Amino acid sequence: MIITILSAIALLILAFAYTVTLEGIARKIEARIHRRCGPPFWQNFIDIFKSLTKHSISHGFIFDFGVLMALGGTIATVLFIPAGNLVVFPGLDNVFVIIYLLAIGLLGMAMSAVGSGNPNASIGIGRALTQMLGYELPFMIVLLGVFFHFRTSSLSELAVLQNSGGTYNVLIMPIGAVVGFVSLMGMLGKKPFDTFIAPAEIASGPLVEYSGKYLGLLMTQHAFGTFIEIGLFVNLFLGGGKTIWEFLLKFFLVYFLAVIISSIMPRFRVEQAVKFYWKWPLILSFIQVVIVVFIMGRRV
Amino acid sequence: MNNEQTAWERVANMLRARSLWMLYYCTGCGAIELPPTMTARFDMERFGIGPMATPRQADILLVTGYLSTKTLRRVIYSYEQMQAPKYIVGFGSCTINGGIYYDSYATINRLDLYVPVDLYLAGCMPRPEAIVNGFKNLMDKIDQGEATGWKDYEANYEWYRKNQIDALGEVYIHDEFHE
Repeated sequence: MIITILSAIALLILAFAYTVTLEGIARKIEARIHRRCGPPFWQNFIDIFKSLTKHSISHGFIFDFGVLMALGGTIATVLFIPAGNLVVFPGLDNVFVIIYLLAIGLLGMAMSAVGSGNPNASIGIGRALTQMLGYELPFMIVLLGVFFHFRTSSLSELAVLQNSGGTYNVLIMPIGAVVGFVSLMGMLGKKPFDTFIAPAEIASGPLVEYSGKYLGLLMTQHAFGTFIEIGLFVNLFLGGGKTIWEFLLKFFLVYFLAVIISSIMPRFRVEQAVKFYWKWPLILSFIQVVIVVFIMGRRV
Repeated sequence: MNNEQTAWERVANMLRARSLWMLYYCTGCGAIELPPTMTARFDMERFGIGPMATPRQADILLVTGYLSTKTLRRVIYSYEQMQAPKYIVGFGSCTINGGIYYDSYATINRLDLYVPVDLYLAGCMPRPEAIVNGFKNLMDKIDQGEATGWKDYEANYEWYRKNQIDALGEVYIHDEFHE
């Protein structure tokens, strides 16, 4: 019991500190690609804590409640992500649990943003949910292939099986890993799939009415969300890690790849993004599943 | 001006000085100096200064250039939507004395009669070096707790309000989403 609580706290602190640091490093990397100097890597910590010191304005009960629901749902989801050998709830970290819990956070965010009454927020949420339809479909199909092959949908068990088998899923199911990565870009809202943030177009979309402390909480929520999404990819396709350091290294590599791809891309319109997802990633995911089911078969 | 700061305020001001998000209100030609200031040549982001899309999230309202009676109204509305602590930077000569169109019937000559200005950047136009230098000054002022325009605005609201109404006739501060 005590160990569970302690490891939960450790995982939350690790997720916050590591992801926010990486976001800062991502700004630095992007600046170097633009041939700029860029902010210091701790800039995102300053941004979050500064937001928490500012005054803020509420738009009613739904607006307040949605923010807490988003943050709470996301924190609850982080606890189910195995980070190397730091597993808070062993045996309970089923992928479906994570996907359902993650939806609580997203719906809280949607409820709160629409509760603000700003049309830009509604457009942003509409786009976010539309794009979710786009990337979830190929991602889930690839996941079914993975579950079929390993006969389990437990995230930490998948990681252990990959490590004991000696190869990672990214090697034995490369097409599926590519589809998973493209879906991950959509989940993270990285370019070219950042239609729902789009600062120059719909004034940062769902975030348009959040000020001060609300924005600080949502930036924290975004950091935890990034940790969940990349943690999911690392555990599914890169075998998690035997130790926590291995996990963090793989996490960094995946995030780095997403950042450098994102910093040279323009933005899709939302219907182009969905059309893209339902064309190439969907076809590739079907090919991957056919290969897994009819050629590779189940793993002993 | 009272410069006594509690420990909490010192920490808060330190954070606020190092992360400034600006909303630039491009009323005139001043905005043309901002792209070089933000991009590779002068790189404002290394000081933690970046553009923000909405007034709710922004800390600085950058008024770049001429103010007509029409745009002043929008500047006031945007300023009222921002959350304290908030700072206004008047950019270019035209916000100080009206610039070369000072005698036009529609030009607002002095910005700080209507909203509290924390920093003026003189010049027509100020070069990116001057902008970066000005922002460094603003950061120092915030750090030392001297950039208190938003407190002055609350304290002297009647006076600002009277000036606004004298210039514009009517100013409705309202929340258009919840009426």
